[in-house]
Amino acid sequence: MAILEVKNLSKTFGDLKVLKDISFNVEQGQVVAIIGPSGSGKSTLFRCINMLERADSGEITVSGLKMMTTEKNKAVFAPSKILRQIRLKIGLVFQNFNLFPHMSVMQNIIEAPTHVLKQSKKEAKANAEKLLEKMGLEEKAKSYPCELSGGQQQRVSIARALALNPEILFFDEPTSALDPELTGEILKVIKELAKEKMTMVIVTHEMAFAREVANHVIFMDGGYIVEEGDPEELFGNTQNERTKQFLQRYNN
Amino acid sequence: MNFDDIKNVAEILLQYLPNTLKLFAWTLVLSIPVGVIVTWLKKCRFKPISWLTNLYILIMRGTPLMLQIIAVYYAIPMLMAGARKSGADNWFYTLLGKINTRDENYMFIALVVAFVLNYAAYFAEIFRGGIESIPVGQYEASSMLGMTKMQTFFRIILPQVVKRVIPATSNEVIVLVKDTSLANVIAFAEITLKSKQMMNTYSSIVPLFVAGVFYFIMNAIVTVAFVYIEKKFNYYK
Repeated sequence: MAILEVKNLSKTFGDLKVLKDISFNVEQGQVVAIIGPSGSGKSTLFRCINMLERADSGEITVSGLKMMTTEKNKAVFAPSKILRQIRLKIGLVFQNFNLFPHMSVMQNIIEAPTHVLKQSKKEAKANAEKLLEKMGLEEKAKSYPCELSGGQQQRVSIARALALNPEILFFDEPTSALDPELTGEILKVIKELAKEKMTMVIVTHEMAFAREVANHVIFMDGGYIVEEGDPEELFGNTQNERTKQFLQRYNN
Repeated sequence: MNFDDIKNVAEILLQYLPNTLKLFAWTLVLSIPVGVIVTWLKKCRFKPISWLTNLYILIMRGTPLMLQIIAVYYAIPMLMAGARKSGADNWFYTLLGKINTRDENYMFIALVVAFVLNYAAYFAEIFRGGIESIPVGQYEASSMLGMTKMQTFFRIILPQVVKRVIPATSNEVIVLVKDTSLANVIAFAEITLKSKQMMNTYSSIVPLFVAGVFYFIMNAIVTVAFVYIEKKFNYYK
């Protein structure tokens, strides 16, 4: 079953068409990497699916719930109750983490479970401890975000997103604010999650990272999906001229 | 002036210190919540309300507090005089007529009204700056976690705003301690008025210095208090 279905998605900023008729699916357990040059529309696509931006037309369906459809060329969004349900099915990891600085690591993770899902503090804490262990941060529960390294902060933000038990996890350039040495930490965590069949979509600038972690790659340019497919195929043996050109520039 | 005279001056000023402190405390306690409301009105999406709030802030910050005190204090007597001239006889003027402008309480209320109106405008701008300095990522993260707007504001944004506005607020509170001296303009019996009177009695400038020492000590206490509060919030960056 497709967890995420995107159909004919379009978005315009003023005169600039940023997304032109984007369609793709993400299946349960898939790890999808979205790559492409700056300005290709990958961030906007990401923001539209995560409801940080509203698309102009098209359809987005998240595990059977319609977030938006298009009727008579106008986008129709689901009632806010449904949007809230969808919101909780999607986990999001930001480029610059966006942890809550005034809360400890533990508070960051249990904030939404206790106040949004209304779990008991005990239950949320037990779950958070498991997540921290998984992230290799069990000793940092009482620390504040400013006391952690970038890689550690990013792992806390992954734990925070996972605490809501999302069906699909999105990463917005998860390593671009990190030291190249710290990228490995995040890569390890994502691989770990992939083993558990977590469905993930990763927007990234790092080709090596995408190649290593993804089992499906989408290459975007100029608001279109130029090519999508198996990472070995796309990175090693693409027939598409535009993809070749882009990858070549990266390899140099 | 000899030492005994100075002691005498200090003792008299000490008697009137509660008046200064009362004005300071009432202004502080009321102008902060009023400031929050003004911030909220300024950020109101219904534009006319936001414009009116801007006009209010412009006037309060753009004119001297001393003039504002005089204006508020004389507003009611002037309205009463106007009412008498025009021979109006409605509930509003009847109500005005019941106010005794020579009453100590009336004077104090007029002062608090003028101070709160003025200080709320400054606090509102400080709070607005604080709210707008919170990165948009904090709102995005809250929405990603399914938090409501109320939860986002009270649990995520506000605690961070409080930390950020403490330094600017401490400035404002220190100025408020000194601004209470402006109440002498309508002959409110606080320490500046009394020290001016004693300056005449003793034909000496020393009573003013003694008053200065009083303000200095009050502000030393305010400063220490804010250093303590800032430290309390230092557990995160």
